Amino acid sequence: MKTSILRTESITKVYHTGAVDVHALRGIDLSLFEGEVVVLLGASGSGKSTLLNILGGLDRPSEGRVFFRDEDLTRLSDSALTEFRRDHVGFVFQFYNLVPSLTARENVALVTEIAKIPMSPEEALDRVGLADRMSHFPAELSGGEQQRVAIARAIAKRPDILLCDEPTGALDSKTGTTVLEALIEVNRSLGTATALITHNAAIRRIAHRVIYMTDGRISHIEENAERVAPSEVSW
Amino acid sequence: MRALDLKLLRDMRHIWAQSLAIALVLACGIMVMTLASGTQRSLTETRAAYYERHRFADVFASLTRAPKQVLDEIARIDGVTRVEGRVVFTALLDLENMREPASARVISLPASGGAILNLPLIRHGRLPEALHQNEVAISEPFADANRLRPGDTFRAILNGRKRELVVTGIVLSPEYIYTIGAGALMPDDRHFGLIWMRETASAPVKELEGAFNDLTLSLSRDANEAAVIDAVDRILAPYGGTGAYGRDRQPSNVFIDGELKQLGALATVQPPIFLVVSAFLVNMVLSRLVALDRAQIGLFKAVGYTTRTIALHYLKMTAGIGILGVLIGWGFGWWLGHEMTEMYTDFFRFPWLLYRPGPWQLVISGILGIAAVILGALRAVRASVRLAPAVAMSPPVPPVFQRGWADSLGEMLSLRQTTMMIVRSIIRWPGRAAVTLFGVSGSVAVLVVSFFTFDAIDLIMAELFEHTNRQDATLTLSGNLNDRAVIDAGNLPGVLRAEGIYAIPIRLVNGTQTRLVTLQARAPGAMLTQILDTEGRAITPSTAGVVLPEELARRLGVAPGDSLRIELLSPPRETWQVPVASVIRQSLGQDAYFDRDTLFHRLRQTPQVNMIHLAIDPNRLTDLQAKVQETPAIAGFTLWEDVRNEFVATLSESLITMSVIFATLGMLITVGVVYNAARIQLAERAHELASLRVLGFRRSEVGYVLVVEQMLLTVFAIPVGWLAGYGFALLMAQGFSTDVVTIPVVVTQRTFALAALIVLGSALGAVLFVMRRLDRVDIVSALKQKE
Repeated sequence: MKTSILRTESITKVYHTGAVDVHALRGIDLSLFEGEVVVLLGASGSGKSTLLNILGGLDRPSEGRVFFRDEDLTRLSDSALTEFRRDHVGFVFQFYNLVPSLTARENVALVTEIAKIPMSPEEALDRVGLADRMSHFPAELSGGEQQRVAIARAIAKRPDILLCDEPTGALDSKTGTTVLEALIEVNRSLGTATALITHNAAIRRIAHRVIYMTDGRISHIEENAERVAPSEVSW
Repeated sequence: MRALDLKLLRDMRHIWAQSLAIALVLACGIMVMTLASGTQRSLTETRAAYYERHRFADVFASLTRAPKQVLDEIARIDGVTRVEGRVVFTALLDLENMREPASARVISLPASGGAILNLPLIRHGRLPEALHQNEVAISEPFADANRLRPGDTFRAILNGRKRELVVTGIVLSPEYIYTIGAGALMPDDRHFGLIWMRETASAPVKELEGAFNDLTLSLSRDANEAAVIDAVDRILAPYGGTGAYGRDRQPSNVFIDGELKQLGALATVQPPIFLVVSAFLVNMVLSRLVALDRAQIGLFKAVGYTTRTIALHYLKMTAGIGILGVLIGWGFGWWLGHEMTEMYTDFFRFPWLLYRPGPWQLVISGILGIAAVILGALRAVRASVRLAPAVAMSPPVPPVFQRGWADSLGEMLSLRQTTMMIVRSIIRWPGRAAVTLFGVSGSVAVLVVSFFTFDAIDLIMAELFEHTNRQDATLTLSGNLNDRAVIDAGNLPGVLRAEGIYAIPIRLVNGTQTRLVTLQARAPGAMLTQILDTEGRAITPSTAGVVLPEELARRLGVAPGDSLRIELLSPPRETWQVPVASVIRQSLGQDAYFDRDTLFHRLRQTPQVNMIHLAIDPNRLTDLQAKVQETPAIAGFTLWEDVRNEFVATLSESLITMSVIFATLGMLITVGVVYNAARIQLAERAHELASLRVLGFRRSEVGYVLVVEQMLLTVFAIPVGWLAGYGFALLMAQGFSTDVVTIPVVVTQRTFALAALIVLGSALGAVLFVMRRLDRVDIVSALKQKE
């Protein structure tokens, strides 16, 4: 039986912006299982990012509960949420979010210095195929390389969960593929549960499960009987 | 309102805290300028008007005794307009409710009518009448301190007899705006006063009927003062003249000159620091703003705004900050100017003293203030408005970091990555780091200069009361007495030790430089008073020549070994050519010293004394004071405990006020600089810091990046500030040293440490205040934006 690592119970999220309330999430029940790759698909404003931020402890739901294993994240203080992110979650964003004044190796070391059982920055970079670009500053790397540094930084702490928000959004197809390959490789070798947001439908085929979101709700979930390698996906 | 101006208003609202911080730093500079130059102007103008209306004399001289006919001879000297001969002497007083003896300078008024020169200004009552021998007018500060009113009486010892005197009037005199008794260091209104008596009553006391022992005269506009002084000296020499002098040596006037000089120094040394720091701050904040507006600038240009209009837009914003700073500075300067003028009225006795800063001084300070910030803005604005619209509208090139020495350093010290971020940021933006460094060091310098005053005073106090003057009391004798008087003094009740001093007026001449000073000779083996060499070691005057205070030697342009002319201004009135034996340390007063035996050998006299220092048994002070009051040979009694208390009281009030003000100003600079630097850093790095939070960095760990960079720069700035502060202390010591006081350049570790601590504290406070904003940074939205 599959063990869920993250579980939500009817979470909603309402943003109060001026006169109108924006319902970003309208009751989400979802489990993320150990070792699986999940793709979240949906149009802009469907609530994918909000869901991902809540799963990663960056934001809190308006209602409902989120469990990491048996721990209720919604009851945690701000500093306890920080510790949760620090120990268990890796993030990858569309715009890489690297520190420009630190080299690739140092950007990864940023995380390994505060993690409990990290791999070495060199190993992390080696896993994403950047062993030879370690002492370059972000400005000296291509977009794909920068995103792979971000992945190396996210996995170096050996996280339980890897959350990726449009990791290929700013990249061309060829570069995007190398980034996806790095993600799948990490999932395969480390068994990290990975959730990946995209609005690029082609990418869904690399996942174990595809979650379709519309208007703050899960419209349906699809299991891929057969996954394909990122190199076979093109867009 | 035009769209650009609307944008201006809204932008200013956005950066109001930063603008205020800059405006406050600027305001500090404007305030000190307004305060110091305004007070200087008020003092100068009030003094000039007072002198003019009350006929303050131009030349002054004392002598032993001359018949009044001599006055006619003096009146005939070319350039002399008015002459007045007076009888002036010191008398001991016996005041009710006061055990210790007080003394007064008795000044004669003509037998009938008013004074010719130095007209007393009547505040209450009237001048004494010639027919009533016991009537006197007294000086207002003395009257106030002793609660004497017209109609009250007090006793004075005149010619060895106690006489009851009736107060008819309370007066002020332009000659005694600053009143200080013989042998005193500070005004002591309770124990020293001025008494105006009709000549008919005062001359007999000194057996000077038909004669005078004090001369004042006024000069025509085109008179040659030096020539007149020479002529007066020639005429008075046979009558015991001790050397005529101009206003530049008149004690009260010299003291006010000193104060004016100090205000001048205050107005010129400190404000530039504040102006320059505000210029740098404006540069820092505006550079950031212009960088943020880069795309908008491109847009404005694209739609047809000229470069000039856009540049003007940003300069208007700067001018707004400048105007705010100038207005705040004027306001506080005006207020503190009033306070300071109030303080002066306790110190100086003007009939009126109003704080009135000149319009031109205000205008100039305003122009300087606004010019400083505009200059600071120009560089920031010029760089951006020059960009072509297309370039401006595209995002700026990301900063390029390079590997260098910092990397090896980081590896060697195995620095954390967050620390590396700090190091690289400083190296990548050295200009910005320099502004912080410069600003904070300016603040350290301001603090060092402020606290240095305490160090200097401490040193002067220690020198004065612990090392040089260790006597408990000093007797001023009414004339020169045989050395045996010291033995008699030793037999007075409660006296443990007595040491005689012989002091005579002399003129020191080296080429064109001349100084009127007192030459002192102390008994061999004197212990109660000491002379210190420049290293602070006690020395005995050499038999080889004259010993001079360092500053006096400097002003005369002589060094040990050089020959100096000494003109004795009392009998035998000889001129000697004597080598300078050594220079000594003396902060207050300017006395020359001679070995006693050598002096009397040269004078061909047996040793004499006219001052006696005493060590006394405090339990028998009352007996001693009673005995002193009955002894006609004693003209004055100074208790050093009183002198010290008076010194401390007078100085501490004004010094503490000034130091509190400057410490606040120093803190304001640090807060202004660090707050701005941290705000800019936070804004520019919001993205980066949010990323750290996402990665699981705790709030404190993210704050570390912000706090440590600013604190690191602050720490680096401290030694720079110490150095600059020492330099400014040198300037201040020069600016504050007068003929009366030499300010030693001494900055203690306490001052350095205190300045550093205050700056570190203010910097930490400012940066922690900004750090609170970290909580408000929305992690999620910060990540959404592309850098």
